[in-house]
Amino acid sequence: MGRLLLPRVLQAGLVILVVGVLCFVLVRALPGDAAMRIAAGRYGPDANITEAAENVRRELGLDRPLLVQLGGSLGQLLRLDLGHSVVTGLPITKELRIQLGATLWLAGSALVLTILIGPAVGLAAGLRSGGFADRVSLGGAVILRSLPPFVLGLLLILLFAMNLGWFPPAGYGTWRDLALPALTLALGLAAISSRVTRDSVAGVMRAPYFTFARLKGLPPAVVVRRHVLRNAAIPVIAYLGLQAIYLIEGVVVVETLFGIPGIGHALVHAVIARDVPMVQGTALVMGLLFVVITAAVDLICHWLDPRPKRA
Amino acid sequence: MTLSDVTLIPVARQHWLTPSRAFGLGLLALLALFSLLGPVLLGHDPAAQNFAASLAQPGRDYLLGADHYGRSMLVRLAHGARLSFGMALLTVVTAAVPGVLFGLLAAWRGGVLERVLDFVATVLLALPGLLLVLILLAFAPGTFGPLYLGLALTLWIEFYRMTRATAATVLKQPHIEAARLLGFGSGYILRCYVLPEIRPILMTLTAFGMATAIIAISTLSAISVGLQPPTPELGAMIVELLPYYDEAPFHVLMPALLIVLLVLGLQLTARGEVR
Repeated sequence: MGRLLLPRVLQAGLVILVVGVLCFVLVRALPGDAAMRIAAGRYGPDANITEAAENVRRELGLDRPLLVQLGGSLGQLLRLDLGHSVVTGLPITKELRIQLGATLWLAGSALVLTILIGPAVGLAAGLRSGGFADRVSLGGAVILRSLPPFVLGLLLILLFAMNLGWFPPAGYGTWRDLALPALTLALGLAAISSRVTRDSVAGVMRAPYFTFARLKGLPPAVVVRRHVLRNAAIPVIAYLGLQAIYLIEGVVVVETLFGIPGIGHALVHAVIARDVPMVQGTALVMGLLFVVITAAVDLICHWLDPRPKRA
Repeated sequence: MTLSDVTLIPVARQHWLTPSRAFGLGLLALLALFSLLGPVLLGHDPAAQNFAASLAQPGRDYLLGADHYGRSMLVRLAHGARLSFGMALLTVVTAAVPGVLFGLLAAWRGGVLERVLDFVATVLLALPGLLLVLILLAFAPGTFGPLYLGLALTLWIEFYRMTRATAATVLKQPHIEAARLLGFGSGYILRCYVLPEIRPILMTLTAFGMATAIIAISTLSAISVGLQPPTPELGAMIVELLPYYDEAPFHVLMPALLIVLLVLGLQLTARGEVR
């Protein structure tokens, strides 16, 4: 278990390091005096702003050597001290806590939907490879894979919100608001997972133990339940780990498109406003969410298939 | 993994030009033709406005209609396709050259260099690529520089890993040792034994990388952190035209269709068989 999670812990450390260093450089690369900017943000335009800026410089240690400052800011990150938003002035952690809820709802419902759609379609296709279901799902998957998430989301808005009027095109609050964004992500994910499931199921059905189970007289439904599902699930779940990238990137795009007040939405707006503490906080949480999902996938794979892996 | 993979007994090669790859290449050729010849032949400025023709329907004056500023959709689409193609190609070439070179070096020399490169790759892969690009975009929102840098930084890793893995297996083969004992130089061995093994993978990775780049570039300008209007960028065009969907639905769908065709062509080329 520990050996399983160690790489993920290291990855989490790397996420903090990369985000922290990049944002540190970002603050120094922005034009103007950092101390002056912070002082203006704190006290507003003031007659003795230069004096205030000097105080800020001394207080935050902006006159220390750069490496010392970098060490200090990374230390702050490790203590989860993320600072204040330059735009709203609120503590970042407080804003993130509210936004994380929205993001988790979206990501969670997208995962549930895609697990309902992808493997089910893949199973139907794989049990009869080359059949009608196989060919239709193949065509659908090829087209869905060519659609960037924002185009797919836009098409769903145009179809279900503008033409049919079933769901609202944007907003956040009820499950109806969440339906289209979650469906956007779920369809994109299912395009891949359905094909992985299909190949995996077709592979199991060619395996000798499948033939043996049928020959000893088990009815097809029992064979599928007992022998096919768990064996076929291993690559499907392992693939979910790769899909975590698609999910995280998709969350950023879909939240922005549908106006869901989540972390991805906040990240994009922080980039536009150059609110560096907010960029740092949101990118950090998104990165760590990615690590948590991959770690969960590792654990599930280990539970499904406890045989030790060769390195 | 089949027996022939393990033992590396040469088996009959699968036909390279499968029907779906041929279709993908054909589609790409048409789109490339459109994006290269379109801007030259049509001759119009993609920013030329004509308010008399605002949201014109496809017809005689404007073959594919005109947008809300009366700019020719056909001209803008051709310029947009050229922009997407060009930027994607530039990004992928920038990723592929160091990726392949480092991959070959790591397979050849190993040691410290390989470990350093592996570490850099692990660091860059800790974050999903789009997050890296977004942080870099905060340095200079709305410009191509950070976008290009971020995408190239994520894409080179795949080239590096595949090249290293393939080259390492090939270099262990007895026929390489035989070639060395016969006195052939390193350059000859690389050119005649290693490169032919890498070339098909390279083609696949290039096509996939270009698809990734095209999706990222259009997505980022659609969420208004990438290239900004009035640049004729396909994603930006969609968002610009979206408020006029009721009057001119096809205008919104045309740039979207162009993106999908580009990505579809690249993916079919990359995969070789539909699956």
